[in-house]
Amino acid sequence: MEDLIRRYGTGLTAVFCLLVAFWILVLVILPNFSMLFESFFPYLPVAELGGPKDVFTLQNYEKILANPIETNWFGIPISIPVHISTFVDTVFFSALVTFMTLILAYPLAYFLAKVASPRSIPTLLLLLFIPMWVSEALRAFAWYIILTFNGPLNALLKGLGIIDQGIRWQNGVFTSYDAIVIVLTYCYVLFMLFPIYTAITSLDTNQIEAAEDLGSPWWRTHWRVVIPHAKPGIASGCVMVFMLSAGSLLVPTVVGSTKANWFPQTIYTWFNDALDWNTGAAYSMIFLLVCIIFVILAMRLFKVKLSDIAK
Amino acid sequence: MSAGIDLENVCCDFGTFRAVDNANVSIKPGEFFSFLGPSGCGKTTILRMVSGFIEPTQGAIKIGGKDMKGTRPNQRPTALIFQNLALFPLMPIWENISFGLEVRGVDKATRRKKAEDLLKLVDLPGAADKMVSQLSGGQKQRVAIARALAVEPQVMLLDEPLSALDLKLRQHMRAELRAIQKRTGVTFIYITHDQGEALAMSDRVGVMSQGRIQQIAAPRDIYDNPVNGFVASFVGENNIFEGEVGPVADGMAALNGAHGSFRARVLPEAQGKALKLYVRPEHTLLTKVKAAENSVEMEVTEVAFEGAFISVHGQAAGGKRLSAEVKNDGVTVVPAVGEKVFATFDAARALLLPDANVRG
Amino acid sequence: MSRNRAFLGQLYFGLFILYLLVPLIVMAGAAFNDSKLPTVAPWKGFTWAWFGELFADQTMWGAFLNSIVVALAVVALAVPIGTAAAIVLNSISGKYRATLYGFMVAPVLAPGLVIGISTVLFWNQLGQTVGANGFFLFGRGLHLATLGQVSYIAAYVMLLVLARLQSFDPGLEEAALDLGANHGQVLRRILLPHLYPAIAASAAIAFFQSIENFNVTLFTKANETTLTVYVFSQVRSGITPKINALAFLLILLTLVLALAYEMNRRRKARIEAEREAEARRAEEAML
Repeated sequence: MEDLIRRYGTGLTAVFCLLVAFWILVLVILPNFSMLFESFFPYLPVAELGGPKDVFTLQNYEKILANPIETNWFGIPISIPVHISTFVDTVFFSALVTFMTLILAYPLAYFLAKVASPRSIPTLLLLLFIPMWVSEALRAFAWYIILTFNGPLNALLKGLGIIDQGIRWQNGVFTSYDAIVIVLTYCYVLFMLFPIYTAITSLDTNQIEAAEDLGSPWWRTHWRVVIPHAKPGIASGCVMVFMLSAGSLLVPTVVGSTKANWFPQTIYTWFNDALDWNTGAAYSMIFLLVCIIFVILAMRLFKVKLSDIAK
Repeated sequence: MSAGIDLENVCCDFGTFRAVDNANVSIKPGEFFSFLGPSGCGKTTILRMVSGFIEPTQGAIKIGGKDMKGTRPNQRPTALIFQNLALFPLMPIWENISFGLEVRGVDKATRRKKAEDLLKLVDLPGAADKMVSQLSGGQKQRVAIARALAVEPQVMLLDEPLSALDLKLRQHMRAELRAIQKRTGVTFIYITHDQGEALAMSDRVGVMSQGRIQQIAAPRDIYDNPVNGFVASFVGENNIFEGEVGPVADGMAALNGAHGSFRARVLPEAQGKALKLYVRPEHTLLTKVKAAENSVEMEVTEVAFEGAFISVHGQAAGGKRLSAEVKNDGVTVVPAVGEKVFATFDAARALLLPDANVRG
Repeated sequence: MSRNRAFLGQLYFGLFILYLLVPLIVMAGAAFNDSKLPTVAPWKGFTWAWFGELFADQTMWGAFLNSIVVALAVVALAVPIGTAAAIVLNSISGKYRATLYGFMVAPVLAPGLVIGISTVLFWNQLGQTVGANGFFLFGRGLHLATLGQVSYIAAYVMLLVLARLQSFDPGLEEAALDLGANHGQVLRRILLPHLYPAIAASAAIAFFQSIENFNVTLFTKANETTLTVYVFSQVRSGITPKINALAFLLILLTLVLALAYEMNRRRKARIEAEREAEARRAEEAML
């Protein structure tokens, strides 16, 4: 603080601090407190606000335990509340998306960082950036077109003679979440690529050469030298992709089948269709909590700091 | 145009660390004054206090007789040349030079004219519209000087500005800096850890160690009459002898030690302290026969050719290492390795000195 | 061995780019298909008709305009906030820095819908507290969408500016102060010019992030809609290929911007290389 005043004077320092305070307090902390607060009060018509029913309650949180349905996980039939089921599916398939983007992005990140000629890098990166600048809504829409029953994918496969009948991709081949996983992977793979690329770039190429010189096979070089170095980047990519996938409302709504529910859709229904903001707040508190736990887990697992993840 | 600077009992603490301890200097207007010392000796702290980036913990700094307490850097009549020059990379050269005028609200045409005049002064005409990245190290140096001169400072503060240059250029720039200082008459305070630089350029030098000013004197005096062992060692090489010091008579005293009895000068302020004998290698002669006084036998262990002189190293009794410099004048005989010779010095050239002046 | 690896890498890169681009090409291509459904698979002939229909769509134009206005507002708020945050963060250290940093980047990691819901609830509650809950500022609308977006987009700005600040030599500020500049002049002439590339980049990113934003906007908007939400609602309720026409135009715009960026980058790199060469020649000439 003294340093700030010495460098920029009292007036400017005050302006800087006010801007930061507005951001952190008014735009970040207070809204979240507000959400936490509202989640403990019942949804009431305007007339009853402040009345005898307007008291602290956990009923909003209890709603997630209502409406058990029969389903089966990996062949084991169980009965669980429908929203819990949606929630578990969302977390599971988001993790799957995270894994798939990691598999797709790692080799490319390594190629860009260590194999491709440095002169061509800015151009190659730009080529990769172009699809990312196209809005997510349109990218999801593009896959909607591709996956639709009378769409180009079925036409291509039929033309090649691989299938006779069109496949209803949006209903899923393996699970009803197939389409969502495919499209989320497509949408967020670059969020995995760039952090890993940045991390590998900072690895001294001599280390890779030293490992090879000592007789290490390529996979061991990656396992023992490159991946440990890229860990902060991998952690960062995993957190970003998981958060974006689990929090996506657009992709599941555009390409998802009616049987595939995504937790943000549930929250949106409470918030927008039922107009029950309090339950919406409670659900998104639960969602936020899981996200925080995920970030902490990722930080523990990869032994990295928050500043490594958010770059 | 130029002002004197007085440091009166100046101290500067960083937490519990005392970076500058009770500094007293009076620098005359128009003087070229250097602070010389190893890194961490407090010389940069003094410079930053004079320029106003640090306030002294105690004591007063006066520029032109005026106490600078509470006066911010941008209001002091000083201009600082930074170690890395700190040229503004995004401005063309002429804007760099005239930046100090720009912030004072001087109009563009005047600024441009002034920048071009200053570029002529530092011998860089025609560089006005170049960018900083287009200049060589030496050229950047001159731009930094021109930028500092543009605000017509009464005092120029230079923080080791030549340290980034290579040897040849550094020597060239020394002469140039000195010439610019004479031409402009501005008081220069120069910070360096390079004794050659300080001795070659300055009117007076202040040698510092561990936050204390050890000696303030003209370069010649610093070299020939150092007040203590630290100063003697920092500005040059020495042969050092230890022993018991006898009574002082006519500014001379005897030292009796393991290598015999020697006679040397004693400065009045050194009397009564623990003393050692210091004599420079170039004042140490090599003779075949033992001289009447101040003569030690040694075996030559190494002969190093340095160009203008030849450095002869040897070992006296008890493994004592001594060295002498022999002029490469084609007349003086250079001893060979293994030869036994006598290292002999004039009593008037040897000094009995205490250790450095440190706290506690 | 090494050449083999480079070839495999190039092949993979090529396939990857194909994977990224094919869906976009399919989508853009469908804009020219004379079919009621957006597809390329039975090709029913070339037509410009969908562009005409797109341009006649008043809702689209309204949403487009809204997107631009919101994006500009987001830039106007997020850039100063993020820049100030980076400067503040850069000059403090230790425990406070870590805490402040945590609060600043948290919105980037938080799901958009959480930001949207919490923003709506906070302003609604604020309205009730001051007894003006009917006043439009406290209700849902694009102004809340703007504030919600700023809360996380400011973090992107902060991260970009902070990275740039790391290459800044604070000695330049001291040099300027020493030459007599006041604090405002130091900021305007020394620090901000150094940060401009990062500020410009972050303004562009803030603008496009805002245009693209879906989650926050969906939860905070009232009746007025933005382009992304409009596309979403069109896709959900019976699509016509006029969305493809829109997609084609947006992809075209992206390509043009990317091309301009690349050309500008190459020009700058060339100028910088020439300057360095000149400095080297000057160095040699002096010795």
